[in-house]
This record gives sequence, structure tokens and C-alpha cells, in this order.
Amino acid sequence: MTKIWKNIAFGAAMSAAVAIAGAAPVLAQETIKVGVLHSLSGTMAISETTLKDVMLMLIEEQNKKGGLLGKKLEAVVVDPASNWPLFAEKARELISVQKVAATFGCWTSVSRKSVLPVFEELNSILFYPVQYEGEESSKNIFYTGAAPNQQAIPAVDYLMKDEKVQRWVLAGTDYVYPRTTNKILEAYLQQKGVKAEDIMINYTPFGHSDWQTIVANIKKFGSAGKKTAVVSTINGDANVPFYKELANQGVKAKDIPVVAFSVGEEELAGIDTAPLVGHLAAWNYFQSVKNADNDAFIAKWKAFTKNPKRVTNDPMEAHVIGFNMWVKAVEKAGTTDPKAVIDSIIGISVPNLSGGYSTMMPNHHITKPVLIGEVKADGQFETVWQTSGLVVGDEWSDYLEGSKDLIADWRAPMTCGNFNVKSGKCGGAGK
Amino acid sequence: MGLWRALLLALCLLGIGSVARAQSIEPALPLLASSSYSDIEKGIETLAASGHAHALTILQALADSKLFVGADKAVIQSADGKFTDAKSGQAAVNAQGLTAPRVNNRIRRAIDAAMGTLTIKSPDPAKRLEAAASVFKTRDLAARPLIETALAKETDSRVRRAFEQARAALILADKASDADKLAAIAILADRGDQDARAILAAVNDASPAVTAAAKSAVERIDSTLAIWNAVQSVYYGISLGSVLLLAAIGLAITFGVMGVINMAHGEMVMLGAYTTFAVQEIIRTSMPSLFDWSLAIALPLAFLVSGGVGMAIERGIIRFLYGRPLETLLATFGLSLILQQAVRTIFGANNREVGNPSWMSGAFELGGLTLTYNRMWIIVFSIVVLAALMVLLRRTAFGLQMRAVTQNRRMAASMGIRTSWVDCLTFGLGSGIAGIAGVALSQIDNVSPNLGQGYIIDSFMVVVFGGVGNLWGTLVGALSLGIANKLLEPMAGAVLGKIIVLVLIVLFIQRKPRGLFPLKGRAAEA
Repeated sequence: MTKIWKNIAFGAAMSAAVAIAGAAPVLAQETIKVGVLHSLSGTMAISETTLKDVMLMLIEEQNKKGGLLGKKLEAVVVDPASNWPLFAEKARELISVQKVAATFGCWTSVSRKSVLPVFEELNSILFYPVQYEGEESSKNIFYTGAAPNQQAIPAVDYLMKDEKVQRWVLAGTDYVYPRTTNKILEAYLQQKGVKAEDIMINYTPFGHSDWQTIVANIKKFGSAGKKTAVVSTINGDANVPFYKELANQGVKAKDIPVVAFSVGEEELAGIDTAPLVGHLAAWNYFQSVKNADNDAFIAKWKAFTKNPKRVTNDPMEAHVIGFNMWVKAVEKAGTTDPKAVIDSIIGISVPNLSGGYSTMMPNHHITKPVLIGEVKADGQFETVWQTSGLVVGDEWSDYLEGSKDLIADWRAPMTCGNFNVKSGKCGGAGK
Repeated sequence: MGLWRALLLALCLLGIGSVARAQSIEPALPLLASSSYSDIEKGIETLAASGHAHALTILQALADSKLFVGADKAVIQSADGKFTDAKSGQAAVNAQGLTAPRVNNRIRRAIDAAMGTLTIKSPDPAKRLEAAASVFKTRDLAARPLIETALAKETDSRVRRAFEQARAALILADKASDADKLAAIAILADRGDQDARAILAAVNDASPAVTAAAKSAVERIDSTLAIWNAVQSVYYGISLGSVLLLAAIGLAITFGVMGVINMAHGEMVMLGAYTTFAVQEIIRTSMPSLFDWSLAIALPLAFLVSGGVGMAIERGIIRFLYGRPLETLLATFGLSLILQQAVRTIFGANNREVGNPSWMSGAFELGGLTLTYNRMWIIVFSIVVLAALMVLLRRTAFGLQMRAVTQNRRMAASMGIRTSWVDCLTFGLGSGIAGIAGVALSQIDNVSPNLGQGYIIDSFMVVVFGGVGNLWGTLVGALSLGIANKLLEPMAGAVLGKIIVLVLIVLFIQRKPRGLFPLKGRAAEA
């Protein structure tokens, strides 16, 4: 209900803004449009609705600061309804009909794959805020979420060094992100000397709710006399029954820890966290990180949503970084023309909320710190480990055959998303 | 580290012996207040070794995150929010200026180990049993002398066995003579569970006799566990079957008996789950003591809410569409989307938290099986619901009218039955049962607007497979689908297992289009 009021209030605020500037109506019409392409209905609404709200907040804030290039920003929100082909249609509508300067959106990899050709064809810009499996670099997409080396690999390193884990369960939902991530992790673990018999890989369907057999198998796998951990790429909804089953069957974090890549503050807000205490998550940002920027952001977010209990999470931070980078790039280029912005954004640094600076690299990925946190009883994370410096997002994994020789560099002379350093040609073995 | 710990424990033993020794927790406090995990771990060991009368209470408070420490002070918060000074046990005003020690898995393990060694001498046998289990798990070598002395004095046979197993686990991790190790292997082989197997599997001794004995013990344990695994798979199958049964049983009425293809059936389940959430929310804010009763309160309410919505749907939409299955399908599908989005607008897109009452949390061991309470109660509950429905259909006037109307509408009407009213009530009954299924499912699944979608296909599958219009068929159908799924899952994986089951059902329906238990006689033709 509050959301409706918020939308009405927002609409009213926008029209009020137009009314105030009404003295010069021609000027008022000249806004810079920003597309917001997040599902507000269907299965993904659970995660994406929040990101839409973050974008509205960021745009409102920028307008309070006087807008961009002397013009006001205007959010154009569309609802692709968790329907992958509809993502492509809505993206086309945003670019061709609404003429947005840039779009912020998508959550699942399949939605990103669906809009990618549209953004390339119409040469527009998409900021993608979610951790993903890598193996992609597009001229028109900026990946502000983590690549596998900014999340999965450091998490495994942590478990190996600090928890002395020797046996690994790679459990995931059956789709592209877990499959690719697990392929990378398996290659990485084997390179580190883990034997094939010490790795168990398990896939489950979306929304899987009966975890009895799998948890029993994990217990059995863990009773081989070696410290065991679960690396979970289980997607959103299936996590709750998974953790409940773990707790009910007596699998404790201190015995078999689970490190998750898709469980953040927002997901924990909807569940009883008591059984999860001690389980781990790897992200580039936690709400519990203490610094002035983050405190200010959390306060603004709670005020904007008028809900003192609202939490922040990693993809939200990615949107904050992406939006600030875009604003700086537009100011540097002096225009919102995507061609100019794509060139000017590389090398731009903005503060991230984990207490440092993130920079846009030539491969369209950004630098981030990696944090490992343990779930606390209040649904927040306690950071137990973090990388000493920033990690550069690696689009083509170094651990997979076929992608380890590839790099992406979108700066002028090379301008290539899959340059093969062995053959010296663009369009190498990756695609 | 091990040496350090052993030293401290030796000191601790001496300390217990002579009461006159300084028993101070002071040295531990700055360590506990430190931000480094290694320091905190050391602090816990220092505390355990201090022999202070309150050391155990302090550790327990730390484990429950009720402890606040400063450089020279520690305060414990009790369940009712009051503070007591940890050293003296006297009331303290507040915990101002003190911090809660940082806790991670490593610290939790250290707390367990420390509490294990501290409770070994507890006068309460249950505590000693816990201590033995904790030593067994943490395998803290330093605890061995304590275990040995405790074992010599132990009279309770269960605790004695637990101590023996803990000692065996320690011996295998320690330096010991071959004879001792062989005896330890025998004790663990006797225990025969997965934890024992884990310890035995890790044995890699210099002496080939010990390694061989451990290996054969592992093999023996494996062969007994294999039998338990088979039993477990069947039990899991029954459990999955009971969930399917719950989800499908309402549909067996609306689709099976009335012949309405109700695509919004899953949303009735979802409404039931949201009713549970609303009930728990009210209980949490106004009378937390009733929490364990929340499900019992939610059951009738969920039945009324879903049943009411169901009747409204029947009166508003479905009654105009009887005999037009395609239009019914489309209309109810649209309705399911409307209901989902309505719930999303009212409650938000996020999952809602529904807690498990204490009697539905945890598990108990039965032989080699781990049976979780929530699944067990759901099996019981689904059988009760089915039985109640059977009684309602066969033994009550309403059941009789319902059967009469579905078998021969015109004749029932001429006997004076208000057929349209019976239709409405029947649909309401089916929806209401879906609602109480939602109460049960809220305990094992997410409460989100998409809850129902996950069950709608399975429900139709169960009803069609079991035979439309037959409740026994629904029961047998649900159980056989559950068991088939769970027997296939360990071999083929969850994804492939589901596909195989689906293919088998398609083949089965090809041969027997009316399902397992088709209705016979004239009713079948109607």
C-alpha cells in the first residue's frame, strides 16, 4: 500500500517540479530520461522492485542537487514482468520511443542476455547491478556487480585458508549462473589440488522446496573425516527451505558452513534467521559496513522508503556506484550521447559504500573489495574477512579453457570484448 | 596452540584442586573485548582455565550473545532484559560502554570446546552427556585427562558410554599404543553413525593393523548405513507425498468432484499461508506467549479466508462457465495472476517471515534416521485432513447432497436439493482445504506471492494420476509420486528425477487415461 502512495507522491512531486518551472515550459520539457528496467511483477519482483526504488531515490537526489548538465533527470519506469522476451521489447521501447540516455536494469543473466542485442543494435547503455557468471563483455553494458573472481574465488580461498575446508559441495539452482560459476570453481579447486572425489556438485530446479534428500547427502558427504563446506549458488526462493532443512537436520555452521552468493540482507529479511546464524555469504558490500558514506546512504534509504526496517544490499550499492559513474561520465563528456559516455566513463572513480573507491575498467567491469560475512541473528552480516585491496572484475575467467586467453578492452585502439591474446585477434575462442 | 591450551587446562585442574588459588576472570576480559578473533579465542581459553565459579555462566552468555565486556568489567543480560555483573553475580545497572564480543564459527567452536571441558564434572548427567558429545565433536586433545578421571568415577551407564566414545575419538586423534587405538576403533564401530564414520575414515596410522581395522570398521558402518539410507529414501518419499497430498486434496474436490479446472487453486494455498503470516504477526505484537498455538489459530481462519474467496469466485465467475472447461481454465488463470499481484501490492513482493513453533523445529534420531519434526507433523496432518474429508463426504448430509449433485444434477434438483448452493459450498470446501494446506506449507516453504505456482502443476498431476473424482486415488497418487521422486533423486539428481517422473506419468496416462482408480458405473459417464 505504501508503495502506491509513494508512487503517487513521486508523481505529484514530479508534476510539482514541472509546475514550478512552468514559467519557461520549453525549458522544463528538456529533461534527461533515465530508463529503469526492473521486474515489478512476477517471480523476480521480489528482488527487482527494490532496485527500481533505489533508482528513483538516486534520481530524485540528483535533481535536488540541480540535475545534470543543467537539466532535470526523469525516470522512465517500465515493468518487464519477469518475462525474458518482454525485457527485450521493453528495452527497445525505452531506447527508441522514450529516447532514454541510459538504462539501469535486469537481474537474472537470462534477462541480460535477452536485452544485450537490443542495446548493441541501438547503441545505448545498460548498467547491470547484479553479481553474475562472467564470460561476457559488451561495448554497451557496464557490469557493476561482481564477476566470479570478485565473489566466488575469494570465498573459496577464505574457506580453504581460515576454515581449512578440504571437501566441497557445490550446490546450485539449475541455470546459467550456477552452472558457469561451479564450472569455474571446480577448475579452480582442482588446480589447487582438491581431488575430484572431494567435490560434490548438485543442481536443483528453481523454487525447489523438498531438501531432505540433498541435506542428508551433504551430511553423508561431510562424514568422510575431512572438513566440509557447501558453496551455494542456490537462487533466492529455494534458499529458505534449504536452510530450514539444514537447521532441522542439525547441520550447524560450525560443522558444515554454507557460503552463499545469492543470499543478502534483503533475502534474510523475509525469513527466521535463527537457524542461519554462522552461515556465510560473500559480497562486495554489507549493510553492516561502518563508514560515513554508508551510514548516510542507509539513513536516506530508510527516509525515502518511510520504513525504518528497510535493509540495503549489494545490488543496491552496485546501482549507486553505476549511477554516480554515469553522472560523472556525462559531466566529463558534456553530453549524454552514449557514444561519448562509453568512452568517457572508463577510468572514472567514485566512492563505493564499503569504504573505498571503485573504478570503471576498460573491460566495463569495476574494481571492488570482497567481503565475507557471517549471518547474525538480526539478519545482518558480521564481516569476518575482507580483501586487503580492491579486486578488478575479470570478465573472462582465467580458469576455464577457451576463456583464459581472452581479454576485453573497450578503449580506442583495441575496442574488443573478446580479444585473444594468443592469436592476437579480436573475436577469439570465447564466442 | 595445543600446548598452550594443555598448559592452561593443567592449570585449571590444579585450580579446581585448590580453592585458595586466585580465580580471576580479569585476564580474560580485555582479550574477549578485543577485535581480533585469535585474542577472543585466547580469552575463552583463559576464562575456561580460570576456574572461576561463574566461568560457565559467562561462556553460556557468550554463546547466547548475552554477554557484554569491557577492559575490566563483564555484564550478562538475562532473558527479561536485566543486567547482572558477571564476576559477582550482583545486579548491574546497564551495559553502557561495554561491547558484545565478536563471534564467528571459530569462536563458537572454541566456546563449545571450553564448555565441554567445564561441564564434564557437572552433577547433572544430562549436562555430562552434552559435555561428552561436545568433546567427541571438537576432539580437544587437552580434555583427555579430564575425560579419563571422569570416566573412572562415572556411574550412569549412558554417560559412561558417551565418555568412552569421546575418549576413543581423542585416542584416535592422539598418540597412543596400537592396542588402545584398536580398542577405540571397536568402540566407534559400535557407535556406527556418520560421526563415528567420519572419525574412522580420517584414521591414517603408521601401524598398518590400526589403519586396516579402521578401514574395515568404516566398511561395516557403510553397509548398515546403506540399509538405513534406503529406509530414509522411502520415508522422505512419504513426506514429499504428504505435501503433495495436502496441496492436491482441495483440488481433488474442485477438479476431481466438480470438474472445474481451477488454475487459481495454488493461490488459495497461498492465501492460507498469508493468513498464517497475519496471525503470527498479530500474536508477535500483542501476545507472544501464544506463539506455539499460532498454527492452531491460523487453521480455522485460513479455512474461512480461502473458503470465502473460493465461494466468491464460484458465485462471481465460475458458475457462469460450467460446462465450458476452456473458458474456465483461462478465467481462473487470469484470476490467479490477479490474486498474486493483489497480495504483492498489499504485503509487498518480499518473502514474509513465518516462524516454526517450537514443537515443529528440530529433529529426532530413530536408528540411523534423522526425522525432522516439521515433516513428521505434516505427514500426520495430511492424513487427518484426508480422513476428515472422507467422513464429511460419506457420513454427513452435505456430503450426500454433494455426491448427489455431482452424479446426477437434474435428479438431485428434483429431489429438492439447491444444486447451485451445493456447487458454491463444494467449491468453498475445496478452496478452504487448500487454505489449510497453506498453513502447513508455510512451515516448509517461502511465504511469497509465488507460493501457489510451485504446487499447481504437481497438484493436477496427482489428481489426474490418482484418478479424477476419487480421494483414495489422490492419496495413492500423491504417495507414489513422492516415493518415486525420492528414490530417483539420489541416482538421477533432483532435476532429472522430476523429468523422469513426468515422463512416466505421461506414459501411464497414455495407457490408463482415467488414472489409477477410475470411477466406474454411470457416474463416470456423467
